[in-house]
Amino acid sequence: MQGALKQNITKELMTGLYADHRAAIAANDYPALTARRENAIHRFEELGFPTTKLEAWKNTDLRESFAKEYAVVLKPKQDVDVQKVFRCNIPHLDTAIMGQLNGWYVSKDVPLMELGNGIIMGSLAEAMKKYPALIGVHLGRYADTNGDAFTALNTAFSQDGVFIYVPDNVKSPKPVQIINVIHNDENLFLQSRNLIVLGKNSRLSLVHCDDSYNHQPSFSNVVTEIHLGEHASLDHYKLQSLNNESTLISSVYFRMEASAKLESHYISLNGGLLRNNIRIRFNGPHGDAKIYGIYLMDRKQHIDNQVFVDHAYPDCTSGELFKGILDEHSSGVFNGHVLVERNAVRTNAYQSNKNILLTETAKVNSKPFLEIYNDDVKCSHGSTTGQLDQDAMYYLRQRGIGEDSARMLLMYAYADEVISKIAIDPLRYRIEDMVKKRLQGELQICEACVLHCNTPEQPVEFVIDMTKI
Amino acid sequence: MESDPNKIIGEVTQSDYKYGFVTDIETEYAPKGLNEDTVRFISKTKNEPAFMLEFRLKAYRHWLTMKLPTWAHLDIPPIDFQDIYFYAAPKKKKQYESLDQVDPELLATFEKLGISLEEQKKLAGVAVDAVIDSISVKTTFSETLAKYGIIFCSMSEAIQHHPELVKQYLGSVVPYTDNYYASLNSAVFSDGSFCYIPKGVRCPVELSTYFRINAANTGQFERTLIVADEGAYVSYMEGCTAPRRDENQLHAAVVEIVAMKDASVKYSTVQNWYPGDKNGTGGIYNFVTKRGICKGSNSKISWTQVETGSAITWKYPSCILLGDNSVGEFYSVAVTNHHQQADTGTKMMHLGKNTKSTIISKGISAGKSNNSYRGLVRITKNASNSRNYSQCDSLLLGSTCGAHTWPYIQVENKSSIVEHEATTSKISEDQLFYCQQRGMDAESAIGLIVNGYAKEVLKQLPMEFAVEAQKLLSISLEGSVG
Repeated sequence: MQGALKQNITKELMTGLYADHRAAIAANDYPALTARRENAIHRFEELGFPTTKLEAWKNTDLRESFAKEYAVVLKPKQDVDVQKVFRCNIPHLDTAIMGQLNGWYVSKDVPLMELGNGIIMGSLAEAMKKYPALIGVHLGRYADTNGDAFTALNTAFSQDGVFIYVPDNVKSPKPVQIINVIHNDENLFLQSRNLIVLGKNSRLSLVHCDDSYNHQPSFSNVVTEIHLGEHASLDHYKLQSLNNESTLISSVYFRMEASAKLESHYISLNGGLLRNNIRIRFNGPHGDAKIYGIYLMDRKQHIDNQVFVDHAYPDCTSGELFKGILDEHSSGVFNGHVLVERNAVRTNAYQSNKNILLTETAKVNSKPFLEIYNDDVKCSHGSTTGQLDQDAMYYLRQRGIGEDSARMLLMYAYADEVISKIAIDPLRYRIEDMVKKRLQGELQICEACVLHCNTPEQPVEFVIDMTKI
Repeated sequence: MESDPNKIIGEVTQSDYKYGFVTDIETEYAPKGLNEDTVRFISKTKNEPAFMLEFRLKAYRHWLTMKLPTWAHLDIPPIDFQDIYFYAAPKKKKQYESLDQVDPELLATFEKLGISLEEQKKLAGVAVDAVIDSISVKTTFSETLAKYGIIFCSMSEAIQHHPELVKQYLGSVVPYTDNYYASLNSAVFSDGSFCYIPKGVRCPVELSTYFRINAANTGQFERTLIVADEGAYVSYMEGCTAPRRDENQLHAAVVEIVAMKDASVKYSTVQNWYPGDKNGTGGIYNFVTKRGICKGSNSKISWTQVETGSAITWKYPSCILLGDNSVGEFYSVAVTNHHQQADTGTKMMHLGKNTKSTIISKGISAGKSNNSYRGLVRITKNASNSRNYSQCDSLLLGSTCGAHTWPYIQVENKSSIVEHEATTSKISEDQLFYCQQRGMDAESAIGLIVNGYAKEVLKQLPMEFAVEAQKLLSISLEGSVG
């Protein structure tokens, strides 16, 4: 297999690999995309992998992740039994499931589905062949290839991922679920690319899960571009439950046209090093974006949420609420950046980051940053870091609740502010259950993906035919 | 009556800088530019002991290896360090016995500023160590202070008469390697104030110095050192005005405060240097490093600043809370107008147990200015049960200004609590309406609202300063919003 040799990932290795496999990588491209890859690899060569010397990476040290050796895979593995890998047993959660294994789109039947209502969903690689015009309008237009090294690298290398298109005036009847599973016997360095396009006045609920099935280290660099047309509405859920050896750099670029509405939920339950780059640009007036995050970290896990909201047009509203519980040796970073441009009058923006530290060794870095260039705005931010409220603890214990239960109750109540925002009921019940388990330390990554998790009534049947993977 | 906000802003921007005049005093310069000879010249002119020359040279050599910092949200035109006079001193530098011997022109300057030494000496009971162009001209009340064992003199005198104290504390809080401007200051600082409060002494008067940059093209590099020994208390005031100039002037000061066990230091500043005209030409570049260390347990350092002047302000008065139970405070009002730029804030480094810090920052921006708050609250692993509360609000007056907030919060233990909140908004229409409905004109209504907005900080100032600060706020913002 091409480039499957395990090695340390360096700038030189990546540029070398690109030079060697240029033709294979660009096999499905339309011409403009190939040109973009060339520019991107040059930009990456200039930028290099980020270090803690950069302001944006000051508190996230990738050295440990890069110290491991990975195999860079440039071709998908064949013959995966999709049914066995991707199953969801959340009671009553009815979703259209799309599977990704190790960054590649996998399907049992057809790689690209066209539903009766005009919705297209499936493999991005297939879509590039079949709908080059549609893809060309959006792909690479929203991601920051120029400033972000990982996005540049992804632009150069990525060949596949998930593509969803919801045409104008269409409301997706049921939520779409992307399950991105990492499962391999060797360490993988993955780069996948997703494109989601919502036409005018359309509507979509999207559940996006990142999971790993075993304890093999992996390094994923995923870029997702999401375009919301005028009056479009997106409910976005990102669930992250990876093993402690994995590194995930997830960059999601939202481009919101006039009056578009976004609700995005980041639920990070496990992962060695998680970095969420969330970048939102209002490209028309009256947009509304809400971003919620909850992160529960322990052991030596590290979570880094970077949220950038660009208020380029008037009358837009944005809100951020990120809450975290950090246990053991874990560390958390929150960098919020709200930019209100000169003409973006009547902007309303709010940022909030709250953290609870449970041990002396956990730590948190929070930077809610406001950059404002006009006076007709209402902007605020808040950040708190502390421990559980001693008065509340006292109150509960006085009423005969044991210390452990009281602590659990308070932590759960704390997390509930974010969880209660989840609009899909079966998903919310499940997340509630998972957070409870997570707080009790029961939820381990070997229980598999977020949505495959265990319930007493429904013992999970989790069998993978290893001969087929 | 309807008032056009832009017109009012225009009126404000056209108002003259009240303190823009040049005093004609003969000045002695060091040769223009900076090299090792300049450093030696300064040290020699001031008749300094060898350890000072060594300190300066080390700093200068280190400075050569450093790069100009670019991280601040400031647009700084390139500074040619070879085109600056690094040392200027009024030529008549006799030691004065009484005010009569002081150059009458100098006294007139102070009178124009409204801080006549005479008046202050007699009425306000304030000991003033007035600095004009780097050399301390006259120190008052030293005899009174001497009774308590308090040393309050110029830095040059301190180097001559108390070298052991200077040697012990100079550079102990802001080392000469600290940052670009601190290194530059360490190499070429001309003068400044020195203050030592002995054990258990509560300084009976508020100590005060007035800085004033006078000769054109002179970098002003003061160095202030305040040491409060065990159980001592001092309140120190620093005020600044500078005459108007067309060329930008560089000001890179360093202030160091040391508070020993149970000591308490209160440092108040009103800064009203020439901010440049309405087109953004001229004005002072103010790059200041201010830092205090709470060395002993139960010590306290409190910074209060009212910043209305300077074309560029780069200033972060900070506290290192080393002693257990020590307290750091930072109260700030920063006003920017025209093309002024301010990047200011604080650092609270919690190292000791049960340390507490409070940050209250109020930014007001008008015209085409940019006003940034940049702060760091760091709670280290050992600083258990520490507490921080930060509040930084921004008020925007007019649609062409900018207000930015960069709070950095780092917490490394579980028993500490850190809270930060910030809001950014324009003046409330409701409040304006309410005031105007009751017969106030727009201008006084804004003055009232802004003063109310800044009240939390202004009330921290000593009385003499509070009056001046309120006037400054009104002058800076006369009716600048509709």
